[in-house]
Amino acid sequence: MAGESTTRAPLLAIDNVTLQYKTEQHLVTATYRVGFEVYEGERFVLLGPSGCGKSTLLKAVAGFMQPVEGQMRLAGAPIERPGSDRMMVFQEFDQLLPWKTVLGNVLFPLLNNRRMPKAEATEHARAVIAKVNLSKFENVYPHMLSGGMKQRVAIARALAMEPKVLLMDEPFAALDALTRRKMQEELKALWDDVGFTVLFVTHSIEEALLVGSRILVMSPHPGRVKAELNADHLGFTDIGTPAFEKVHRRIHDLLFADKIETALATETHNG
Amino acid sequence: MVDTTAQRIVRMEPPRRPERMVELDTMGAVGDAARPLSTAERLLQITGVRRLIVVLVLCLAWQLYAMWLQNNLLFPTLGETLEALYDAVFNGPLVQRTLTSLQILLTGYAAGLAIAGIFTTLAITTRVGTDFLSTLTAMFNPLPAIALLPLALLWFGLGAKSLVFVIIHSVLWAVALNTHSGFTSVSPTLRMAGQNCGLRGISYVAFLLVPAAFPSILTGLKIGWAFAWRTLIAAELVFGVSSRSGGLGWFIFENRNQLEIPSVFAGLLTVIVIGLLVESVIFRSIENVTIRRWGMQS
Repeated sequence: MAGESTTRAPLLAIDNVTLQYKTEQHLVTATYRVGFEVYEGERFVLLGPSGCGKSTLLKAVAGFMQPVEGQMRLAGAPIERPGSDRMMVFQEFDQLLPWKTVLGNVLFPLLNNRRMPKAEATEHARAVIAKVNLSKFENVYPHMLSGGMKQRVAIARALAMEPKVLLMDEPFAALDALTRRKMQEELKALWDDVGFTVLFVTHSIEEALLVGSRILVMSPHPGRVKAELNADHLGFTDIGTPAFEKVHRRIHDLLFADKIETALATETHNG
Repeated sequence: MVDTTAQRIVRMEPPRRPERMVELDTMGAVGDAARPLSTAERLLQITGVRRLIVVLVLCLAWQLYAMWLQNNLLFPTLGETLEALYDAVFNGPLVQRTLTSLQILLTGYAAGLAIAGIFTTLAITTRVGTDFLSTLTAMFNPLPAIALLPLALLWFGLGAKSLVFVIIHSVLWAVALNTHSGFTSVSPTLRMAGQNCGLRGISYVAFLLVPAAFPSILTGLKIGWAFAWRTLIAAELVFGVSSRSGGLGWFIFENRNQLEIPSVFAGLLTVIVIGLLVESVIFRSIENVTIRRWGMQS
């Protein structure tokens, strides 16, 4: 079993990717020669401090920007533009279309991509909405939902498309702590149920350990790979146990050591 | 100095108190009861009712002032005006005149909207289009449509064509400006979500940008409508004289020449009433089924 995963081709291959974007004054390098591979069924987490380019990297995988160096391949094909085989869940609540009901939002990508006839799509969308426990709210407009419910609609909308990989950009960061924990548990349960592949961006070590099966630790600006760790053995019941604390501490040290380095770097840079 | 002030501060230790656990008992009558509002209070909650009261007060003031003035050549009473209005509607040409005006108005408005739609679509999809639209809007938006009337008369002659031209001018820039600023203020997240859902090109504009920018678009439509209505009445006053079938503006002008001042007031009243109806019936019901329902405006 263990040998199989290494001979199997990766679903998503990111090879030496450097990303740059322009602001009004600067050309900013967001990530520098980042490489990793995601296999089918993995919960792959990009973890790093704010401004380490992890969100930019996710946007590049989604097809919203092109790398200046390196390659990104999904199931062997290069990523060139946004596509419904990579559905994205954003952090902001305004990702839902306010003029569509919950059902309308989930149907929207299905109908735009002409994935299936309308009746069939409606049935499929209803089934997915039921999976995120929102059946009662099918005909409600997004502005009447709470933050957690909005994120659940966004997850349902993405999952309904059955994407090759689900992209999540700090989807629970804007929620209160209690709702966040509940959503993390629900996401894990949904994964157990449906079994999708997810690329998840977060800056919380704890969230990375709870949600992820494999964690890519990134250094701050510009983002480079610092470490790639396994977290499959840790779950919600492990919170507070020595094993959990040990990995938490290890990642914390990785990130913290980096902060000192950059602090020194900027100091010498200024001096 | 610092030391002495620091010494003077006496820290109060908070008292150490026992913990407590409380069993929740059921809520009393004060907590869960809701008092229904009285009929008067409920009526005053309706915007229409409050506005109607304002209108009634204004009507009363008009009537009293005109009765006190006693000069129906300058300022007829509300009663005389309504009488003239009744007469003009049932025995006179007012209905015909109004229909003529509205027909020209709608033609110009629709054409203006169509052109504004093309311009803003170009502006949002290409950068040249953006520059083109912003320059044109900056140039022509401050130019009063009525100032183009002499030119329009020269180009299109007397009649509906010239009127439609100036109405297009008055609608186009207001609608284009508002629509474009609405498009540019659609949040990046919503844009990316739209592209992620498979929208490209025209479908991206039609199914994402237009509904997302609908509050701004609606504002543009309202301003455009008000501009068009004003411009039309003004234009008809200027050259309705030679037009074969005059509109509402011509009705006002004609009656002023004959010193039928109550009829002039009746004409003005018609202009106001139509304005109010479009604003509070048509635009309001569009708002109710769109941006209010979607929670984009409270």
